Amino acid sequence: MGQITLSSVTKVFGDVTVIPPLDLTINDGEFVVFVGPSGCGKSTLLRLIAGLEDTSSGKILIDGQDATDAAPAKRGLAMVFQSYALYPHMSVRKNIAFPLKMAGASVEEQNRKVENAARILNLSSYLERRPGQLSGGQRQRVAIGRAIVREPAAFLFDEPLSNLDAALRVTMRQEISELHQNLKTTMIYVTHDQVEAMTMADKIVVLNAGRIEQVGSPLELYRNPQNLFVAGFIGSPKMNFITGAEAAKHDCATLGVRPEHLDVVEGGPWQGVVGIAEHLGSDTFLRVHVEGIGDLTVRVSGEMGLHHGDRVSLAPQAGKLYRFDANGKAIA
Amino acid sequence: MSRKVSATRKGIVTAAAWAVGFLIFFPILWIIILGFKSEGDAIKAPLAVLTSAWTLDSYHEVQERSNYALHFWNSVILSVGSTLVALAIAIPAAWAMAFVPGKRTKDLLMWMLSTKMMPAVGVLVPMYLMFRDFGLLDSRIGLVGVLTMINLPIVIWMLYTYFKEIPGEILEAARMDGAGLKAEILYILTPMAVPGIASTLLLNIILAWNEAFWTLQLTTSQAAPLTQFIASYSSPEGLFYAKLSAASTMAIAPILILGWFSQKQLVRGLTFGAVK
Repeated sequence: MGQITLSSVTKVFGDVTVIPPLDLTINDGEFVVFVGPSGCGKSTLLRLIAGLEDTSSGKILIDGQDATDAAPAKRGLAMVFQSYALYPHMSVRKNIAFPLKMAGASVEEQNRKVENAARILNLSSYLERRPGQLSGGQRQRVAIGRAIVREPAAFLFDEPLSNLDAALRVTMRQEISELHQNLKTTMIYVTHDQVEAMTMADKIVVLNAGRIEQVGSPLELYRNPQNLFVAGFIGSPKMNFITGAEAAKHDCATLGVRPEHLDVVEGGPWQGVVGIAEHLGSDTFLRVHVEGIGDLTVRVSGEMGLHHGDRVSLAPQAGKLYRFDANGKAIA
Repeated sequence: MSRKVSATRKGIVTAAAWAVGFLIFFPILWIIILGFKSEGDAIKAPLAVLTSAWTLDSYHEVQERSNYALHFWNSVILSVGSTLVALAIAIPAAWAMAFVPGKRTKDLLMWMLSTKMMPAVGVLVPMYLMFRDFGLLDSRIGLVGVLTMINLPIVIWMLYTYFKEIPGEILEAARMDGAGLKAEILYILTPMAVPGIASTLLLNIILAWNEAFWTLQLTTSQAAPLTQFIASYSSPEGLFYAKLSAASTMAIAPILILGWFSQKQLVRGLTFGAVK
């Protein structure tokens, strides 16, 4: 079991309110991603759940039990840190066995569980090494192994992949998703990378300045962002925002259109000149300067041979325009 | 590209470095030499000292007149004892200051260090009276207490800087893994800080071994360490260079040997965290 409920949770550091009253329910077995720009309070929120920070007010329930003031070790949660936080003076075996040792497990039980975790994570041949002798990806797997052996109610991941190179990040991302499929344990994952959020999450929680902007499945957030912040944060490259006269024509303060929803066509409504063309092979991203509107990013097929200085005309796809009012709220 | 250094330049700099090193070491070397001379030869001009006969007379005489073994053991007990007591107090204190600092932690550290800026003689009279009234004069226990307290600020400061180098996330990981405070300090913090703790221990033993003010003021015979043993060869009977030198050599030899064998550990500890 691993249902976690936050009710009116706040966190105040001195005079600074990092988390204003916040309510959230994470269901058993869900893969929930907290995403937001740096300093948005997502890591603080995770640390509140872990018990590494004290909540200023409000309640944290884990499987219905009040855990607000419980010590980290008593919450039945396991955490994987950004820096891996392995014990450098212990072998991989001892690192993974440490939580079992603290729980008073017998040596036989420790060995059995450590070897089982090592098999799942392909670490069997590294058990006698020290963390310093491992690569970044292997260290991350040891950190995950240390979390698995506790059989926690939920796993907490604090930006676990940000110290890895891009290729390894993709592999580890898939490994963590696979782990979730196999264990079916609740996972809470903090990242500032919206690609990680989109690819891994059952449910994304978008945070900004300690407030929840929107909660939903990745595609819900992509299709129906409730405000400018979510619209700008989810999707890559990010959504184009148009203000002024063009927005007024559509009865809104800001008009949003995603780069993939703009087509290069003959006689479209928006005329412009290509500034930068980024050729990625499969796709090409164009930065088009449109008269009276400003710069728009357009995603076109990689086959389209457009270059700096070419004149193009653009048309938004039907029904793919997002409208926002003066407060940044989406207009249905 | 590395800088090019000519052979001559390298030679000059090397010679200069050796010269400075020799200059610093010279007083110790001279004491060792004088210890092996007769009292009459020891006060001759330097060159004459070097060419005069070598003898062990001073060592024999010092052995006969004083109880070296007693002073040696007192030095060992006072320096090691005060260091262990200081570490037992300083490890939890430095843990608290490094990992759960409060608003006043920095001030507290400065205040502790400031007590080292006060001249010890300023509190000599009250300290002496307290020692007298509590019957602690010339007792090892009393002196272990004093040496612990005078070195405690330095021990806490050193450990604090070492502990600051240990990432807090590792201790948080231990907490998540179910370690209580005792297990956290015992299984995670202390093993990780071993180089720092070892060099703190060594440095503090050296400081306590050589501490001369309080050991001379508060002891006479029973608890007197080697500093008192050296001092007994200076003023009361006029100066006897050869015997004084022999006594000094015997007093510094143990700590010199300890320092020699642990120099790698000492240097590593003192530069701990300087290069990431």
